[in-house]
Amino acid sequence: MTAVRRYPILVALFIGALFMVLPFLIVAVNAVKSPAEYSANGPLSLPEGLYLDGLKDFWERVDFGQKLINSVLISGSVALGAVVLSVLNAYAIGIGRIQGRTWVLAFFVLANMLPQEALVYPIYYLSKEAGIYDTRLSVIIVFTVIQAAFGTYLLSSILGQFPREIIEAARIDGANKWQVLWRIVVPVSRPTIGVLLVLFFIWTWNEFLLPLVMLISNDNQTVSVALGVLQGQRLMDATMTNAAALLGVLPAIVFFLVFQRTLTRGIAVGAVK
Amino acid sequence: MTVTVERGGRVVEKDSGPKPPRRPRDSYALFLLPGALAFLAVVVVPFLMNTGVSFTDWQGVGSPEWSGLANYRELMDDSEFWASFRHSLFMVVAMAAVPTVIGLVLAAALFDYVGKHFGTRTAAVLRACFYLPQVLPIAVAGIVWSWILAPDNGSLNELLKAVGLESFQQDWLGDPDFALYSVMGVMVWVQIGFPLVVFMSGLQRVDPQLYEAAELDGAGWWRRFWHITLPQIRPEIYVVLLWCTIAALKVFGAVYVLTKGGPGGETNVPSYFSFTTFFEKTQVGYGAAISTVLTVIILALALVGLKLQTRAEDAEEGLRV
Repeated sequence: MTAVRRYPILVALFIGALFMVLPFLIVAVNAVKSPAEYSANGPLSLPEGLYLDGLKDFWERVDFGQKLINSVLISGSVALGAVVLSVLNAYAIGIGRIQGRTWVLAFFVLANMLPQEALVYPIYYLSKEAGIYDTRLSVIIVFTVIQAAFGTYLLSSILGQFPREIIEAARIDGANKWQVLWRIVVPVSRPTIGVLLVLFFIWTWNEFLLPLVMLISNDNQTVSVALGVLQGQRLMDATMTNAAALLGVLPAIVFFLVFQRTLTRGIAVGAVK
Repeated sequence: MTVTVERGGRVVEKDSGPKPPRRPRDSYALFLLPGALAFLAVVVVPFLMNTGVSFTDWQGVGSPEWSGLANYRELMDDSEFWASFRHSLFMVVAMAAVPTVIGLVLAAALFDYVGKHFGTRTAAVLRACFYLPQVLPIAVAGIVWSWILAPDNGSLNELLKAVGLESFQQDWLGDPDFALYSVMGVMVWVQIGFPLVVFMSGLQRVDPQLYEAAELDGAGWWRRFWHITLPQIRPEIYVVLLWCTIAALKVFGAVYVLTKGGPGGETNVPSYFSFTTFFEKTQVGYGAAISTVLTVIILALALVGLKLQTRAEDAEEGLRV
């Protein structure tokens, strides 16, 4: 391949990539403009200075710190809970090879694909009956189970290939099933478990429909729901919209930079399994 | 000695000292117990309730009144219902078909050209740029785009003005003729990263000798792409198409944040339709019927996909044995 034919493709790819990140750049640029500057120069000009009051106002107005805490609390708990549940399920299916495991596995796969619209009203109704409506706990419980469907599916197929000799050897040495699980299977599966933790955390962070229905009071809302509701009310001016967008984008970019490798590997593994 | 009693798949094991690891498999069912109970409470029971409610007339309070298939009959005559599923097909194009095609070309270009001639680091950076929208909460993506596509002072219209194409300015999300296409455009942007990442990891599996042989035989890039790349990563293509199609049928957050189904229902989709029927019109029975139809379609697709996948796996294992 000659250099002449190579570079246009690289240039085209870079333009494509630029187009993908352009919305982020525009948001970042406009979030630090003052309202006066914005209305004078429009959205495409570069900011004249660093105007952070818009961000500060927005932060205080929506109590963004509390929203971040809620999101971290919910996503973190779900990630941990769903991994524990997935490991237990997958241990029975992948290593225990319980009878009817194909059907059990098919059940988890289908549960994973089920649209949340088919669960949302009964969950809303039942959580009201149980007195946990509009609590973070209700959302944690629901998503722990929903995410565990994917985790069970992925871990079961990986544990199905676990070397049986190791387990049999440990059993002959007198280890019971719990010891085999926590001392052998979990440590060996640590890479997959790490991927699942990251995926569950980010997926739960991004969830919208169920948290929107379940968390109505301001104190319990997640970042996603708070921003979505604000946007839906159409009450924000341009500067505030940009502040909201920037504050919503930043955590995602942080996760992305921190977990990039795990994420891309995890997505690929998850898709092919 | 182990005494195992089986009844309908349920297994009871009596512990009696150190036992030989001869039939260890059955007592593992106990590990499934927490998962089984949790899924019963959060997935199975709500799902059955929802299906049951779809055969009733219920406003969310009082007791549901049995109405048989009345809700489904009403759906058949509801033009809003048909429109929402027609829009779903547009979403499938925007979230499954287009991203798969673009993802394939991008993956091949990044892997083949950029990875080989400019280093894997450059390829990784470019891949990261394309993948970034995937980690963004859809609510945030919606805020970003509804501001960019705003009629007054929106960046896209400003940009058109700056390059002298003022006649192309639109109320992108507010004009009934454009809203659906604008939402589709945003969804392509959101979705592209997923197929790209999956395909790039699939390409790493392909034996480079295949390409070298084809290159020696004088096959150009397109022919190699068509005859080697595509067949080799066919499993990935199936999986991506299946997952993206299901995601497209479920799309909710983007519509909620970008258009609320408007203008005039032009961007309404089944999940948003059922949401408003549940919580705004409080016609719970009718909403349940909408979501049940959606569920049946998705589960049918999933079963077909699953069957194809197991068949492919069986064929592969047959080859290995």
